[in-house]
Amino acid sequence: MSSSEELQRLRAENEALRAELAALKRSQQPPAAQAPAAAPAANGGGAACPAFAPWDGMHHGLDKEQISRYSRQIILHSFGVQAQARLCRGSVLIIGAGGLGSPAALYLAAAGVGRLGIVDRDVVELSNIHRQVIHKEASVGVHKALSAAEACRALNSSILVETYLEGLKPDNAVELISEYDVIVDASDNAPTRYLISDACCVARRPLVSGAAIGTDGQLTVYCHGEDGPCYRCLFPESPAAGNCARCVDAGVLGVVPGVIGTLQALEAVKLLSGVGDTLSRRLLAIDCAAGRFHSVKLRAKSPACIACGTSPTITAATLPSYDYAAFTGQAAANDAAPAPLQLIPRGERITPRELQQRLAAEPGALVLDVRPLEQFNICHLPGAMHTPYKYFDRHLDAIRTRLGASAAAQPATAAGAANAAAAGDTAAEQNGTDTASSPPFYVVCRRGNDSQRALAALRRAGISQGIDVVGGMEGWAREVDTSFPTY
Amino acid sequence: MELLFGNQKVVEADVPQQSGEQQLTVAAAMAWARDNLLTERPELFMKGSSVRPGVLVLVNDTDWELCGELEAAVADGDRVTFISTLHGG
Repeated sequence: MSSSEELQRLRAENEALRAELAALKRSQQPPAAQAPAAAPAANGGGAACPAFAPWDGMHHGLDKEQISRYSRQIILHSFGVQAQARLCRGSVLIIGAGGLGSPAALYLAAAGVGRLGIVDRDVVELSNIHRQVIHKEASVGVHKALSAAEACRALNSSILVETYLEGLKPDNAVELISEYDVIVDASDNAPTRYLISDACCVARRPLVSGAAIGTDGQLTVYCHGEDGPCYRCLFPESPAAGNCARCVDAGVLGVVPGVIGTLQALEAVKLLSGVGDTLSRRLLAIDCAAGRFHSVKLRAKSPACIACGTSPTITAATLPSYDYAAFTGQAAANDAAPAPLQLIPRGERITPRELQQRLAAEPGALVLDVRPLEQFNICHLPGAMHTPYKYFDRHLDAIRTRLGASAAAQPATAAGAANAAAAGDTAAEQNGTDTASSPPFYVVCRRGNDSQRALAALRRAGISQGIDVVGGMEGWAREVDTSFPTY
Repeated sequence: MELLFGNQKVVEADVPQQSGEQQLTVAAAMAWARDNLLTERPELFMKGSSVRPGVLVLVNDTDWELCGELEAAVADGDRVTFISTLHGG
């Protein structure tokens, strides 16, 4: 066969294959798209340039639309088409759709991670939105995972977004985490953090761990590479529950989890794409108030670690029955109000509505507000004396003085005596420092636990009157004055 | 952590060496800081002779586990850092 015959034969074959391809493409298009596609052919445009074969990909798996959408990072010298293709094929599980998870999910969706999983079990509250920027005002009351997934799909309809509405639990953690390539810990409490780390050890998945509170943030990568430690390698013993500040109590500047969550997305992109050096064996601590980023070197994984060491006791078989609440001494429901205490006898406690009635009847009555200054500054009852529980001992003298001064200015009233009687306060008669002439006083806090602790401290200091207000200022806002702010 | 030290994030201090000790250790520096710098609630800083659970100790930005933990040597100009693990999100 001559070379010209060969050329002719190949051209014919090429034509036949192209026709076959065009037919296949037509049959795969959705019905709605077929009509416009037929129009150019009617104009004769379809067969205008038979010499050029249509672009048919270069085995990186990205189509024309993906190349266009991600072009700015694809043309990046250090990233490129292969790294983008790995993102598009990859999957990330984001645990927590809150302050950290919001920017993490948005950036990972925008970057083209092929499959995102979003885990949460709460609904959106108005007090979340200042930092949880994935949710909208209209999403208040909507499940966070659903609200976040909707925002991700609106940003990028070409990716798959999956939601898990039950939260991460010991009995589903390993299975769920095994379904994804990279895990992002965007949770807000110690038991969940240990659970995620353990499950990542068992499932052998790299974990991007971020945390933020106040104006501080931390970021690292666990369970990665030959010698990367897990959370337990660093902290084999959980801190006491009282040492773990929560956003609901301590507050958080909205931008701070935004910074950390964005950096978590960056680490996840690096892990999936294989580009850059991840933060394994390094901890980035950021002090947003001072404007300082500080990276420190961490230990290697510990051979003795019960999760990732040489002979782990936490395994796929044992993890589901591990008691994380007992290990950390706290429940995973982190934003919830603490359980109500009953330290002060019921006879020495009144409801907010009773407080309202007493204050109206007792013009000399004193209200001690033991909340932190930041909360006192938001709202307090008129004339309330601020004696924060955290430094309560420092206020004892001032309280004694105030009680004495009020007693002098406002001699014992019938209401005052009634108060002492209602309180069942027999100790008052026996204690020299407490006179029947002291004015009635009431102790309030945010919800009614610290006020009892403060009253107990007053008792220990020899001040035996005083009435606790059940439910604190939140109770006041519920029962007495619905215009009173809650936070 | 700075809340325990009068809201100071960085403190420069001359830590006296114990008589008979060849070299100042992190353990000695920590005990000195507890006795001389801490302004409140020592239980939030130390547990026994070590740090409380949940606190990472660094000597010149390196995890103290890589330098000998409590016995890690501290020399003039060295920086010992205490970082409390955060859980919020």
